[in-house]
Amino acid sequence: MTFQTIIDNLATDTLDVSVPLFRPELVLCVTMVGMLLGKVLPIVRKFDPFVIALAGSALALAMAIPKVGLANIGELARVELFTGMLVYDALTVYLRIVLLASTLVLILLSRITGLADRFDGQDYYTLLLGATLGMCIMASANHLLIVFLGVEMASVPCYVLAGMVKNSRRAGEAALKYAIYGAGTAGIMLYGITLLAGLTGTAHLPTLATQLARMDIPALAASGENNGILLAFVLSILMIGVGLAFKLSAVPFHFWCPDVFEGATAEVAGYLSVASKAAALALLLRLTIGVVMPLAAEPQVAASVAPVQLVASTTVTDNDAKPPLSGSRFLALVVGIVAVVTCTFGNLAAYGQTNIKRMLAYSTIAHAGYMMMAVAAALWMGPAGAADAVDALLIYLGIYLFMNLGAFAIVAVLRNAIGSEQIADYGGLIRQCPLMVASMVVILVGLIGLPPLAGWIGKFAIFLSLAQAGDPLMIGLLVVAGINTVIALVYYMNVARVMCIDPEPTTRGPVTIGLWPVSLVMVLTIPVVVLGILPAGLTEITSQVARQFVGP
Amino acid sequence: MSPLLFLTVLIFLPTAVALVLTLVPGKGNDDGIRYATLATTIAVLLMTLAMAFGWTDVAFETGESSMQHLTSVPWIPTFRIDYLLGTDGISFPLIVLTTAISALAMAASWSITKHVKAYCILFLLLETGMLGVFLALDFFLFYVFWEVMLLPMYFLIGVWGGPRKEYAAIKFFLYTLLGSVLMLVAILMLYFASDLRTLDPSQLIATGVVSASLTEGDGAAAAEAILSAAEPQHTFNMLAMQQMGQAGLFSKSLQMWAFVLLFIGFAIKVPSVPLHTWLPDAHVEAPTPISMILAGVLLKMGGYGIIRICYPICPEGGYELAMAVCTIGVVSMVYGAFAALAQTDFKRMVAYSSVSHMGYVVLGLGVWSANWQTDYVTGYWKFGMNGAMFQMIAHGISSAGMFFMVGVIYDRVHHRNLNEFGGLFRKMPVYSGMAFGIFFAGLGLPALCGFIGEAFVLFGTWKYSITLAVIAAAVVILTAAYILWALQRVYLGADYRGPHAEGIAPITAREFSIAAPLLALAILFGVLPSLLLDYMAPSVNQTVDTLAEWTEANKPRPDSPAKAENKQADGSLATPDAQAVSLVPIGNEVSP
Repeated sequence: MTFQTIIDNLATDTLDVSVPLFRPELVLCVTMVGMLLGKVLPIVRKFDPFVIALAGSALALAMAIPKVGLANIGELARVELFTGMLVYDALTVYLRIVLLASTLVLILLSRITGLADRFDGQDYYTLLLGATLGMCIMASANHLLIVFLGVEMASVPCYVLAGMVKNSRRAGEAALKYAIYGAGTAGIMLYGITLLAGLTGTAHLPTLATQLARMDIPALAASGENNGILLAFVLSILMIGVGLAFKLSAVPFHFWCPDVFEGATAEVAGYLSVASKAAALALLLRLTIGVVMPLAAEPQVAASVAPVQLVASTTVTDNDAKPPLSGSRFLALVVGIVAVVTCTFGNLAAYGQTNIKRMLAYSTIAHAGYMMMAVAAALWMGPAGAADAVDALLIYLGIYLFMNLGAFAIVAVLRNAIGSEQIADYGGLIRQCPLMVASMVVILVGLIGLPPLAGWIGKFAIFLSLAQAGDPLMIGLLVVAGINTVIALVYYMNVARVMCIDPEPTTRGPVTIGLWPVSLVMVLTIPVVVLGILPAGLTEITSQVARQFVGP
Repeated sequence: MSPLLFLTVLIFLPTAVALVLTLVPGKGNDDGIRYATLATTIAVLLMTLAMAFGWTDVAFETGESSMQHLTSVPWIPTFRIDYLLGTDGISFPLIVLTTAISALAMAASWSITKHVKAYCILFLLLETGMLGVFLALDFFLFYVFWEVMLLPMYFLIGVWGGPRKEYAAIKFFLYTLLGSVLMLVAILMLYFASDLRTLDPSQLIATGVVSASLTEGDGAAAAEAILSAAEPQHTFNMLAMQQMGQAGLFSKSLQMWAFVLLFIGFAIKVPSVPLHTWLPDAHVEAPTPISMILAGVLLKMGGYGIIRICYPICPEGGYELAMAVCTIGVVSMVYGAFAALAQTDFKRMVAYSSVSHMGYVVLGLGVWSANWQTDYVTGYWKFGMNGAMFQMIAHGISSAGMFFMVGVIYDRVHHRNLNEFGGLFRKMPVYSGMAFGIFFAGLGLPALCGFIGEAFVLFGTWKYSITLAVIAAAVVILTAAYILWALQRVYLGADYRGPHAEGIAPITAREFSIAAPLLALAILFGVLPSLLLDYMAPSVNQTVDTLAEWTEANKPRPDSPAKAENKQADGSLATPDAQAVSLVPIGNEVSP
């Protein structure tokens, strides 16, 4: 292979294969650059940054929808982009749509609640789109370096977004706390990545998977000879886990979450709770299931273009390697325990909260726990049932998008209307803005996971996958998750009770809410009802995505 | 009208009206909204009556024991969840009870003056949930409807209730949700143990897994596709699960676990001691019409769940735990009766009487499964189970009536302290007379509806455990004590001593028209129980018979020496079985 052919192949790989599939991210980049130019060029300055951001993210969203259509998302071939750094598969497509959709909603919301006007619009939208770009990269990461890069690209803008409210000590505290936690955990994660890459000799995830299969960790553990290597393995997994747990706000790396949510504006908190979590879950999937599950359908690039595998070594095709299942069960155990603790802690801590954003912060912690349970179930079951569990996670995520963005949108709108984010100040709002409160009740009940609302479908799917795993351990998870649902009832219903039953505070003046906020909240609430009654459309997409991701 | 359409309209008509009501401006339209809601509940009642008396082509066939109007549409194909509806003699009387009590409770809702629109909307949603529970035959669908009721109920108690309404509402919600989560765990365990491939094609069609009506002629092909699948075909279909449970597909430990989890879920709803504490709170705080619904319909769902789900799907669990179930029933009866005796709050007393009376239902349902050890006679099982079913309907009538009677007087004097009443008979003779009738029905006086169910349950219990039967029979005395004592303190005596004496006025026409049907039904079913038994007995008996077959096949009877001797001595068929069956009216009477 001459140097020339390498360059040629690289060019074809980049220009013909990778770039077209990378368009949504490129659109985001162009939008950001355009917005920043607006600060310099008078011609661009005439455009409202909101319009640019909206157009950019809408275009990116449109491009993220595959040509075959969402209904046939399973037909997409798995393609590695940029010499194996990123991967383009159905999971990437699905998550990119989730991420871009929540960004789009957030841009609209920020405009409606006047958040972006109060600050520098360009800065705000640039940071937002930058974070989204990072999350998209997280979702499609196929290489440990990109994992780290994506996490940092997503985190750094979020630190700033959390502290956007000027002259607020809380916002400053939130941003600082977030940044320090983020930096610390990212450092640990990076160390774990280097350990893992050093042990296996590769950072390309599919290659890593085959290497791990070849190294046969269970046998290594059984032989008891190379304890050093084993220790390094476990250490690297745990260290990478720390970074992921921070992004997921899983216990015990959740401390930033309530403070950041309380300090940041409700809009940003909503974005963090949905988009950031979706990206982190994607990463969790790619690093656990993607690695330990022997990936079927190996031909990494379809069609005629023969890519250069600068990073991946194609020679490693050890098909006879038996699936490293007990390694997978070990991971399942770790994820499962963290999930149980996260879920229970989040729900219990939410009890005493008086600030709605803080309560919702703990609620998102709890929901991260539920979603991690699906990952645990997938890891436990191995290739046989993993697709169903991943499917459950994706359903949950898709529904969670509407519920949580809806909840935070209502909090933001009510903040503008009554000037408070204390639950007690919501007393008797049903008499003044019935539509808003009815939406909130629907969303809260959705978050509890009661039928017939959409949250129930997600929860049911996760419970189903836990039951499918069948092992007493997984049934234990199921029971804990069930009891958590009951615990969660009390604090969610408490908000509903205050809004609907309690008397109005005497100090409150008339509450006026415009048409735009109501319409946006409706757009987010109606799917919570409709997806609960007719979930087949969503489940059909997610099931294809999950099957393509896990392999047939 | 196709059964699918008819039953769907039946369930969702209230929801549709509720949606329309959301668009109506709430201010100044209170009466209009009330009348619209009442008209809806009456329309739904008429639909069920039309089924009962055969006024439509979707009529309920009496004497038919199997599932009628079984109809299904795929709902969430990914998990093979169907929108599967149907009714039989077990659910149909409860459906009619639901619609009747709903209409009467709505008529009793004129005393609600706060936020009438919201009240009516929630009331209608509640009715949809209740009807759905009794009509759904897919476990998932059943669970959805079961939960759909919770939220309207929470708000109906929490907004329109008494002083401690918020506490009562969340307690109700928490207890029920805990029960349903346990139920969900059991459902999921059963789902993954189920396998449609173990059924034969005719069973697949009979249980509605393959809809013969939707896929005309394709039924066989669809069944073949299921049977020839390589992987296990899981299902949420309750009827299919019943077949599998009785065919022994579910392991013993699974059946035990599932039975216990399901039973706890349903026992909370019934409610059985020690899971009953939500009920007195909820009843005392709830407004009168909601108490009527709660006692009249919601409690019955627990009993319905036990007879429809627990026993047929997990016979092994039912068989092994029969004694425990019966004991729980008896303990509830005794505890509820003593607690009722101790109350000074009129409504709380009635609430505890519900705990006591629903104990009969649990006892009656539990009794059958173990009868064979003493004397294997399905007739006695049938007595117990028919008695439990009858008791559910009878209690639905009498308890709704009792709560309404308490509500009538509460509206006038605004307190419920038993010790501050007295002498009402003189001032409100008509009301007091009706109240006596309804309370006597609750007491279980012969010739009123309460008697039949209790007597049947006791007959069934006697053959199972004489101890339990004696205790259960003794509860009748306690019941008489607390009801008569309450009647004496409230209605008899010289003068009314409590506050708001000026508010006491004779019963109004509206109140009369609510109480009269309840009293009439209480008398009617007491005198002519066959009116009700004709509808329910075939299905109940069939349930017993299939379970008897299961017991016969799976639990070899220890041949007692006495019995063996008997057979050898005369060699005839005059075994205890044959004799006993002939003694039992239900077993023979209903077979057409």
